[in-house]
Formats: sequence, C-alpha cells, structure tokens
Amino acid sequence: MVVMKMKFPFQKRVKLAQGLWLLSWCATVAGATTFTLGCLLKTELLRRAEVMDNADIHIVPNTLMIVGLASLGINYFASKICQDALDAGRFPRWKNFLKPYFAVSCFFTVLMLLSVIMSYAMKGSLESSLKAGLRNGIRFYKDTDTPGRCFQKQNIDRLQMDFECCGNNDFRDWFEVQWISNRYLDFSSKEVKDRVKSNVDGRYLVDGVPFSCCNPRSPRPCMQYQLTNNSAHYNYDYLTEELNIYLRGCREALVHYYMGLMNTIGAGVLSIFILQGSVLVSLRFLQTAMEAVAGKENTEIETEGYLLEKGVKDTIMEYLDPVLKFFLLKNGGKVEEGDAAEKPPAVP
Amino acid sequence: MAVLKVKFTKTKRDKLAQVLWILNWISVVTGAVLFILGLFLKVEINKRVELMAERDIQYVPNMLIAVGLIACAINFLGGKICYDCVDTTKFLRWKLIMLPYIVCTFFFTFCVLVGALMCYSMRGELEESLTLGLTQAMRFYKDTDIPGRCFLKRTVDLLQIQFQCCGNSGYKDWFQIQWISNRYLDMSQQQVVDRLRSNVEGKYLMDGVPFSCCNINSPRPCIQQQVTNNSAHFHYEHQTEELNLWMKGCRQALLEYYTNIMQSIGLTVLITWLFELSVLTGVRYLQTSLENVLRQGDPDSESDGWLLENSFMETARINLNIIKSLGKNNHIHTAKNGDPNIDIPSTSKAHYGPDNVPPKTIKEAS
Repeated sequence: MVVMKMKFPFQKRVKLAQGLWLLSWCATVAGATTFTLGCLLKTELLRRAEVMDNADIHIVPNTLMIVGLASLGINYFASKICQDALDAGRFPRWKNFLKPYFAVSCFFTVLMLLSVIMSYAMKGSLESSLKAGLRNGIRFYKDTDTPGRCFQKQNIDRLQMDFECCGNNDFRDWFEVQWISNRYLDFSSKEVKDRVKSNVDGRYLVDGVPFSCCNPRSPRPCMQYQLTNNSAHYNYDYLTEELNIYLRGCREALVHYYMGLMNTIGAGVLSIFILQGSVLVSLRFLQTAMEAVAGKENTEIETEGYLLEKGVKDTIMEYLDPVLKFFLLKNGGKVEEGDAAEKPPAVP
Repeated sequence: MAVLKVKFTKTKRDKLAQVLWILNWISVVTGAVLFILGLFLKVEINKRVELMAERDIQYVPNMLIAVGLIACAINFLGGKICYDCVDTTKFLRWKLIMLPYIVCTFFFTFCVLVGALMCYSMRGELEESLTLGLTQAMRFYKDTDIPGRCFLKRTVDLLQIQFQCCGNSGYKDWFQIQWISNRYLDMSQQQVVDRLRSNVEGKYLMDGVPFSCCNINSPRPCIQQQVTNNSAHFHYEHQTEELNLWMKGCRQALLEYYTNIMQSIGLTVLITWLFELSVLTGVRYLQTSLENVLRQGDPDSESDGWLLENSFMETARINLNIIKSLGKNNHIHTAKNGDPNIDIPSTSKAHYGPDNVPPKTIKEAS
C-alpha cells in the first residue's frame, strides 16, 4: 500500500532535481539562520542568568543550535544527491547512504518542531525559575559585602531600570524584605531600635523601595520612602498614584520579554521547518523515481515516485526493528535459554 | 616637460581601466557608507535636540549626507567611463566629458577633505550648545505642567541614567536650582516657608538631587537628600563618598560620546578622501594615455600618460591666460572699427575650379 504515488516523466524529474538543488541551498541558509537564532536566544538568557534559579529553559536555544548545525549537514548532502540524481551512472553510489540519511533527517526535522513546541511549553518552568531567582535577588540585595552576592544590588537595580519594573510580583515585595544593610543603620537612634524590635525576626522593614523603582515619567520628584503613608507627602494618595514608581512586577516583565522573543523565533523556526520538510519530501520523491530508472537501458522513461513503499505503520516498524532487535538481542539470548530450560520438564 | 610621465603599453592601459572600474565601484560603496554615517550622526543629534541650545551643528551631518550622495554619483559615472575605456572606440564617446569630469572630481575631493576637517572642528560649538542646553533643561526640570517643557524631566532623568552623569558639570548644579515644583511643596509647613524666605529670589533650594543621579554601583541605598550633611546619615562623609551619586557631569559625558562618534566618522572620511584621490589620479593617467594613443593613431601602440602636460607653473599660467582671454573676448577691437570681417588678408591659396582661372569681376548693375 504505497503512500502518495506520483508519475514522473523525464522532464519533471529534471525540473524536480533543479528545483530541489535551489531549495536545498535556501534550506542551508535557513539552517544557519536557525543556529544564529539559537545563539541569540542563549545570549539573551545568559544576560539575566543571575535572576534565574535554574537553567532548564536553556534546552530551547541548545536544541535550536544543534538542529541548525545538523540541517547544514543535511542540506549539504541533499544538494549533492540531487546534483548526482540526473546522472543515472552516479546516482547508484548514494543507494546505501539514503536510508540512514532519511532516518537522521526526519529525526532532526521533528526535533526542530519539538523545539518550537517546547518554547511555548516551558513558559511555566521559566516563570517559576524567575520567581525563585528574583526572590533570592531581592533577599540578597543588601549583602553587598558578602562574596558571591555583592553584585546582586547592581543586577537588581539595573534590571528594574531596564525593564521598568519593581519587585517580584509588584513593589510590595520590597516591604517584606530588609533591603537596607545593618551596616548603614544607626543603632543608637531610637527610631531604628523601635522598628527592629517591633519585627519578629529582628529585621528592619520599611514601606519604601530602592531608587531603581522610580519612574522617570512621573511629573513629580520620586517618593521612595513611606509609600503607604499619605500624610508623609504633600498632595499624595498612594491608592491612586500610578506614575510615581513602576507598578509592574519584574517577573511579569521578564516573562513577557522572553515569551515575545521566543514567539518571534518560533515563528521563524516554523517556516524553516516547513522548508526543510519540503526539501526532504522532494528528495524522497526524487530518490524513488530515480531508483526505478536504475539498471534500465533508456534513462528517459517515465517512472513512479512515492513517499513510502509500505504503509506508515509498516515503515515505522521497519525502521524500529533494527533498534528493537539491538535491545531484544540481549533478552533474545535469555529467552532462548529459558525455552531450553523449560523444554525438558515439558517433555515428560 | 610633463609632470610624472609614465609609459603605458596596451595591456597596461587595459589593466588600469579594469582596476579603476573595480575601484570606482568600491568608491560607490564608500560613498554610500559616508551617506549612512551622515544619517546616523543626524539621528543621534536629533535624539537629544532638546538638550542642545540653538547652534549651527546640523551643517556637519548635512554636509556628510550631501558628500556621500555626490560621491556615489561621481564614482558611478567614473565606473561607467572606465568600463568603456578598455575599448578605444568607446572611449571616443567619453572623450569630451573626461576632462571636465576630472576637474569636477578634483574640486569634489576638496569638499570631502573639508567635510573631514569639519567633523573635528564641531567640538567647540557642540560644547557651547550643550552647556547652554543643559542649563535650560535643568532649570525647566520642574515644569512638567507647562506645555512644551513637560517632557524635559523625563529627558533629563533618562539622560542621567543612560550616560551615568549628574548635573551640568557635577551634582552640585542641582543645589542651585529649584527642581521641585511648587505644586508639590506643602506651604503650610514652617520648614518649607522658612527655606523659601531665606532665599533672595524665593526659590526652594536644597542640597538634594533627583533619583536619576543615583549610582547603581553604590553598596548602600542611595542618599539623595541632604547630600552635604554628614550627620543626617549614618557613617557617611560626603567629601570622600564617590560611589553614592554619579560624579561625572552630563556635559562632559555627552561631549565625550559625540566626540567619539565624530572622530570615527572623521577618520572614515579621511580614508575615503585618500581613496578618492588615488582613484582620481588613476583616471587622469588613463585619460591622458588614451588621448595620446588617439593622437598617435595606432590604438595598440605604447603611449605616455601624465598628470599635467606642462610643468605646474606653465599650466597655471596657461589657464590664467585662458581665463583672461575669456574676459577679453567681450572687449571691442578698436583697430578694425569693431567689425572683425574687414580686411583680413587671405593667407591660403584660393582654388578656382579645375582650370584654376579666377572669375571675371561682374559689373554691378546700375
């Protein structure tokens, strides 16, 4: 039961080979583009690696880079094969190469599609990684004297200014953390002592935010401290004030940024996937059409080309059989011993 | 006595034409690069036009854009000419145009040089423009409710954040202007009223700076208010504290930024000028050698190429005479009563037909 049989007269074969050659070079460029897009995404993720708790999301750019490099090789061979396809004398030397070639190419093409799906599916993982990373960043904001954490303040300040955001979920996260180091608190002052005593953990909490939360678009000078105290500032109502500090949380801002980036890249990679798929399909048709010509006297006869010789299920079993046999071979030996052991008791 | 005479065989001429064709196309690309650099500089200046007072600095990018476009056009024409010069017959098409083309290109290269020098000379005007512009911008920082000035606060804040600078020459500039609008001052408070009264002009001045002056590299939370008051903050000494606020002035920061851009652009323009000059020299040699070939008659023979036919002084004298005689053509020739057709003796022998007999003079009809 052949899948997608098509007739190929000589002229159509020639045209197919020529078109395929052009298409495979386009696909090579597309493969290089995929690799570049993967590098770009990885660079962007690495730039903010300090606020990410784990590196699970890096599987997306890594896959893109691998697929990009693989498709360079795949398309290089595709162009070489279709160059030889029109010469009936040179085509047979590719015969043994083509079966594993198609297996590998299909695997990498499916991997390309998987990477796009992953970029959408890993949104949750990215969000939780950012949540934990930002929480740590805010907690260690004051530890500018602790080695390993001394750049957290700089990173968080820069992040809040670049992405126009404040805190993890929103600016209130700063109220729950002591972000002013004890080194800069005057413990002889009564106010400081009272505040520290009133807290269960002995932390100095304020209803204030760092200066990097300030919004430059505000018409009035920035109010960072005593944010919830309306009487501390003239003509100020914190419930209605929207322009003073950034209201968006940094987690939301970063997720939005990265999802936007991955959506754009995903759209590009999808079109490259379609291109690569069409290259493989055309190559398969060319291969089957040329195989029918092999050995014939007249190389200009009309032949039939098809996608799969047997049905889809049969073809998959055909490819998987060697793989399964490799694993079953170990079990196959044990099965035979078991049979031999069983047989003698069965006889009497 | 020709200047820098070089002998050109036919193959050498052809090679010169081909090389010049390629070089002309490279020059078209460099002309496009100049155009793009001019556009880039224009965009960069316009991005911060609110911080610059009215000064003539737009002429530099405009000149670069014009020079870039003209370079593209001239070198495109030059490429076409050199492409045709390989074939002596096609050269005849361009023969009359080539000398004016070379003269025009020679003057154009001067424009390119002037463009390069202007890039370096712009610095003084830019500094003046920035000083005045920044002073104005800081003065209107608080006027976020006046149309036309309402975005200056945002512009100055973003500038200080991006260029990591504070104030005009330093952060102390903010102490001398009122940057907090009266709309946000509680006039019922005694402290505010006292401060206003203590100032001659009734301005609310304080030793504080806006949040955009805060240095992100500081290990401690930013101290913006009471910057010069050591006792107001724990463990703080404002004379030795360097990491709290940005120490650089915005005028210096912007000047450095623009000077860097213009130095790179100036260098590119100088290199382009040298390149154009060398291409022009090649075209001149090609023109003179082809003209000499045509004069000799044999298109495959060797010919001389030179920069100037006579020495430099001779050429200058001849050109000056041409210019003088151009002026003299307008004068009346008084020796012949102004009529140039009277009494000019014929110097050549007249030929009166096959038997060479002069015609009888015909009596005039009365």
